[in-house]
Amino acid sequence: MTETKQQYGDPMTYPIWEAAARYELLIQHCKVCGHYQFYPRPFCLNCDSDQLEWKRVSGDATVYSKTTVHLKIAPEFDPPYVVALVELDEGPRMLCNIEGGAAEIGDRVKLAWREREDAPPLPIWMPA
Amino acid sequence: MSKTDVYIVGAAETPLGEVYDHSAYSMVALAAHEALDEAGLSIRDVDGLFINYMGEEGTVQLGEYLGVYEPRYVDSTDVGGGTFLTFAHHAMLAIQEGRCEVALIGYASRQRSLRLRSAQWKQSVLNNMEQFETPYGIPVPIGHFAMATARHMYQFGTTREQLAEIPLAARKWAQLNPKAWHRDPLTLDDVMNSRMIADPMRRHDCCLITDGGGVVIVTGADRARDARKKPVRVLGAGESQRTWHISQIPDIVETPAVESGRDAFGMAGVAPADVDVLQAYDAFTITPLLAIEDLGFCEKGEVGAFVQGGRTAPGGDFPLNTSGGGLSYCHPGALGMLVLIEAVRQARGEAGARQAPDVEIAVAHGIGGLMSSAATLILACD
Ligand SMILES: [Zn+2]
Repeated sequence: MTETKQQYGDPMTYPIWEAAARYELLIQHCKVCGHYQFYPRPFCLNCDSDQLEWKRVSGDATVYSKTTVHLKIAPEFDPPYVVALVELDEGPRMLCNIEGGAAEIGDRVKLAWREREDAPPLPIWMPA
Repeated sequence: MSKTDVYIVGAAETPLGEVYDHSAYSMVALAAHEALDEAGLSIRDVDGLFINYMGEEGTVQLGEYLGVYEPRYVDSTDVGGGTFLTFAHHAMLAIQEGRCEVALIGYASRQRSLRLRSAQWKQSVLNNMEQFETPYGIPVPIGHFAMATARHMYQFGTTREQLAEIPLAARKWAQLNPKAWHRDPLTLDDVMNSRMIADPMRRHDCCLITDGGGVVIVTGADRARDARKKPVRVLGAGESQRTWHISQIPDIVETPAVESGRDAFGMAGVAPADVDVLQAYDAFTITPLLAIEDLGFCEKGEVGAFVQGGRTAPGGDFPLNTSGGGLSYCHPGALGMLVLIEAVRQARGEAGARQAPDVEIAVAHGIGGLMSSAATLILACD
């Protein structure tokens, strides 16, 4: 019988959250074609290869789009707050919050982390 | 009529707005009888069922309720609010293959009277949303369309005044539709200063939350001859889908209408310039605007100038969402059914005060999910 340990995420994503506990952002990288992909899959979406590795990235990114949410959608969210899609310099986009100042579409942003009680730190972004 | 031609022979709304005297199932039963009456058919003739968003195993539950026993073909495709247009495509193919003769597409929701709507997504352990999207508090699908709007403004210089053409035109059409939910006058000032929901989208950029639904009956040339109203031929149909997670959208200002439109127009052998009236799912102001571009009515990025000056309003030369749409007429959670019904009525020329002039070709276009799917139908009377 295989011993299983309680991990955050799922069998494909838990390395991202293990790294998040060290405030590091991991993105899957294809050793064959160089494609970076988020979220992780067992195969490269660009070339079908299974030769994938984890690479730590800086998180340097550009704002692709954003919205300031004024709607109260759940008790844990306190509007107004900024929800954005940022495009990592390596290519993939991630949904996030932008905190610590204003950033418009096209602006440079950098990685930050939000502590959570019941889960690993959450990657967010702030103005560069 | 050729042997392989497929027709919409019945189209009826359920009770709309705020419905307290019917269940969702009895609402569908009412619309089914009205649509089948238009078709000159009865529930006993139905041998194909196309149902979703009516509970688990929706074709089984609703089939039992309606008394459609032992249908030969059923389909509960789930691609979001435009699924009913996808169903029409599937029904066409099933009928052409002889797998069924009379297809019933049905839907109703009491999301308003039962207060079912939430902007927070249902959690799922099957996808990555819970890990990578839900923690950021994105309202769904409002946030998706808000970011599409913001990006369109950034990339193409689309202005708030240009965007406002859509809710303003919707309200003017709704004023011509006795069944519309909002019929009071709406000004540019009202739109521009309404409550901010998710920047740059304000209250009047977001669809209604109402009860409603409908039934559409699809059949082949043989049975279409019995129809009591003009049968509406499906000239072309197309569908596609792209993404679920917002991070995976390849280009947030482009939708799979590119693919559904390409296939629908290709099958029909007509071009966007031949279209006389367009019903394009308006969940939000930006939704029909992206459809206009992606279906090829104008170039990508140019829709702001394209709709300017009241072109999509009554009297304009590009009539759009003539019922008043999801913004002013009705949005029962899944609007595609009502998009299709209005396109049928426009194609028949029976829309009364809101009838677009000289309609030969009507287009119904649906979207669904989280900017996920698209389906397009090209319709005409013979
Ligand atoms: Zn690769």
